[in-house]
Amino acid sequence: MLRRIYAIFLARNREFIRDRASLSWNLILPVALVFGLSFAFDGQRDEFTVGVLQQAEEVDAATHPFFATPYIDFVTYQDLDAAMVKVERHQLDLLVDPGPPLRYWVNPESAKGYFAELALKQSVAARNGTLVKQQITGEPIRYSDWVLPGILGMNMMFSCLFGVGYVIVRYRKNGFLKRLRATPLSAFEFIAAQVASRMVLIMLITSFVFAGTHLLLDTRMEGSYATLFLVGLVGAISMISLGLIVSARVTSEELAGGLLNLINWPMMMLSGVWFSLEGAGESLQALSKIFPLTHVLDAARAVTLDGATFLDIAPSLAALVVQSALFLVIGSAIFRWEQY
Amino acid sequence: MSTEPVTVLEARNLVKQYPGVLAVNGVSFTVPEGTCFGLLGPNGAGKTTTVEIIEGVTRATSGEVYYCGEIAGDRFRQESGIQFQNTALQDHITVRETLEMFQALYERHADLEHVIAQCSLGELLDRDNRKLSGGQRQRLLLAVALVNRPRLVFLDEPTTGLDPQARRNFWTLVQRIRDDGATIVLTTHYMDEAQILCDDIAIMDEGKIISQGAPAKLLFDRYGDTLVNLPRGEVRRPNLEDLFLDLTGHLLRA
Repeated sequence: MLRRIYAIFLARNREFIRDRASLSWNLILPVALVFGLSFAFDGQRDEFTVGVLQQAEEVDAATHPFFATPYIDFVTYQDLDAAMVKVERHQLDLLVDPGPPLRYWVNPESAKGYFAELALKQSVAARNGTLVKQQITGEPIRYSDWVLPGILGMNMMFSCLFGVGYVIVRYRKNGFLKRLRATPLSAFEFIAAQVASRMVLIMLITSFVFAGTHLLLDTRMEGSYATLFLVGLVGAISMISLGLIVSARVTSEELAGGLLNLINWPMMMLSGVWFSLEGAGESLQALSKIFPLTHVLDAARAVTLDGATFLDIAPSLAALVVQSALFLVIGSAIFRWEQY
Repeated sequence: MSTEPVTVLEARNLVKQYPGVLAVNGVSFTVPEGTCFGLLGPNGAGKTTTVEIIEGVTRATSGEVYYCGEIAGDRFRQESGIQFQNTALQDHITVRETLEMFQALYERHADLEHVIAQCSLGELLDRDNRKLSGGQRQRLLLAVALVNRPRLVFLDEPTTGLDPQARRNFWTLVQRIRDDGATIVLTTHYMDEAQILCDDIAIMDEGKIISQGAPAKLLFDRYGDTLVNLPRGEVRRPNLEDLFLDLTGHLLRA
């Protein structure tokens, strides 16, 4: 059995690596995106963002004049420690506890924090209110630090879904699967070889791109490389398995492309690749949890930005393992070699 | 001691029903070891479906396939070699790598160098599959069918689209394989091919076998000593094509 899996694994790897166009695209796209976004957006967050410590989801502008300040995005937090970390990293310009007394936290190294503080003081002065100020210091998290896991995850998603889903449909359509079926190779062996091949290739590509951007842009890495690698590995398996479901029966490359895009686009938009979903509604946040990429990015950012350990990200890994198992069972159950 | 040849393959009452189409309607035949059996028929007669049921790549609606006296299963897959009518191979993979990959899928192995020499692939081993001509490609597909030293070889319209030189070359290859002891099941449109290569043939039409036996016997049974008059006063003996057209008619098939 292992010999057969290895034979298919090796042939698929050769096919991919020798296809220079595909290989180049998989390497160049994420690097270009990280560098481009880093150049364009590092340190350039236009909106002012202020955290508000309160239980209610929405900030009521009527409760304090500061909350009616235009051009400030007010985001609510229930967890003081988590919100203070955001101030430390310049992801929040100010954190406000409405009190009474009204308390606020500001990072003296943040230029936008300085102006947000001025706006707060002005609104409080008009009411002769009291303010309790607390300072938090810390280096900012650049957009490139934050977006790097997102871009690597997105590249992984495209590569896993199309690299497995689309390829299997092509094999089925051109009769290669039928030829394999006439050999002693089982469906399980074929699927295992495809999963293993794509997993090895995408982990090599992702590791290479991560190492390159990390070295050149000095992106943040607070946690362990092994833990981050584990996140990528489990995430890759999950997304390859999802690609297998799409490819299990489809015989048309056009239909496969449409179905894969139907999965790709919502996953890319709702998993937090480009922007955080913290300010989004609870229902949208809950919906995002159905996508493997959400769990990959949550865990990867927790490792790179917060230094999270294996135990810290265990819930995300568990979600990915459950999703992978579910996708693999469904994909294997409905898999067909032939076109009819 | 009995000298009765071993029956390598037996199809029993095969039926394949697609929605609205009865593609195969009760096909039965046996193939003795070491012979070449030809399945002939016009387009849409059901011969490819019949062969694919036997090969195990299409599920029959009913009927059974026996290999060496037992239901065709794992042993059949290990000991059979198949050349499909249309098979794509992987891009960016060389001829040698293709042969090695397929060989690794089997427990039984042929001497790869012998297969390469037999199919005249020695000059092409490092060539990308995509860069093979039609004849070279058919020789590679035949070699793929031989990597497991098969006892039974299926060739589904192997010479369709080849030029006359490539066809003749392919016939020589098939004869060599049979001389090496393999049993061959051949489907073809070409009557000259069947007449040269096959010990037994079955002619199919509309999903059924309508005639079966050795080509010479079928011709004698049908025509006896009858001669065919040609336009310029020449005469010749009826051939398999005459028999085929007599049995299946002259109407065009889809």
